[in-house]
Amino acid sequence: MTQKTEQDSLIVAGREFKSRLIIGTGKYKDYAENARALEASGADMVTVAVRRVNISNPKEPMLVDFIDPKSVTYLPNTAGCFTGEDAVRTLRLAREAGGWDLVKLEVLSDPKHLYPDMEETLRAAKMLISEGFEVMVYCSDDPVFARKLEDMGCAAIMPLGAPIGSGLGIQNPVNIRLIIEQSSVPIIVDAGVGTASDATIAMELGCDGVLMNTAIAEAKDPIRMARAMKHAVISGREAYLAGRMPRKKYADPSSPLAGLI
Amino acid sequence: MKLFVNGDVIDDLPDPLSVSGLIEALDLPSAKIAVELNLEIVSKSTFDKTMLKDDDKLEIIHFIGGG
Repeated sequence: MTQKTEQDSLIVAGREFKSRLIIGTGKYKDYAENARALEASGADMVTVAVRRVNISNPKEPMLVDFIDPKSVTYLPNTAGCFTGEDAVRTLRLAREAGGWDLVKLEVLSDPKHLYPDMEETLRAAKMLISEGFEVMVYCSDDPVFARKLEDMGCAAIMPLGAPIGSGLGIQNPVNIRLIIEQSSVPIIVDAGVGTASDATIAMELGCDGVLMNTAIAEAKDPIRMARAMKHAVISGREAYLAGRMPRKKYADPSSPLAGLI
Repeated sequence: MKLFVNGDVIDDLPDPLSVSGLIEALDLPSAKIAVELNLEIVSKSTFDKTMLKDDDKLEIIHFIGGG
């Protein structure tokens, strides 16, 4: 059994990742801190955003100078896109810049809750898949939409645990579990994790991975929190694989009652 | 020549000018960026031979931190 655990890697679109933790690269003090947090987290996939180069300051530090895309998988996102066309345009550029086709699709709606616009997400996913992208998709925790995205050919389904950046933890474990049970592609909770126990809960539910940004970047000590998240994800995964004891209504003594003096 | 690059007007550029020439003039690292010319991706392998003309609209992007 221990050998099985050691080989327990995350597989997305035929690619193998050692860690089930995926971290964002936004909101850090600087790229150097971001790189140290990445190392502490043990993650081998990071989300990145696609933005205009600052042509008035071409010598500005670049993310690729701190986190090497050859050793860590870059997962370009479509943050800030509100239509399918915007998302496709952004990821075409990302594919050209990086030369890879594994992408994170997120089509948001209202800036107040950053909930995914599922109608537009479905449309964008279809457009991206037809252009050969492997799509990991940020979506609502609705099992019906999750099924539609999987049937369409998405490489991973990534339901939110709570609103992006809220740190409220897994708000609807029933839906997350329903999505896990019905799916044959990886399910990764994306957004909503606030602290280590939230990540563990996601993994104990049977998620294949957890994606987080703010929980690490906005911790008082991001490096230590990155390390905590690494252990939290491993811990939750191990507990899920181990299979928890049944819940009982009454106490059950751990020391035998027979042979008492 | 006058171009629109990332929403800004840049004039007094030499003519003729290729995408490679523009990247060099802007002092950008070509390996770390991607270029869109009038809404079409310009493949890195064609930077040298893609010639620009007056009023072309370019987007030059790179990866930054994001969630």
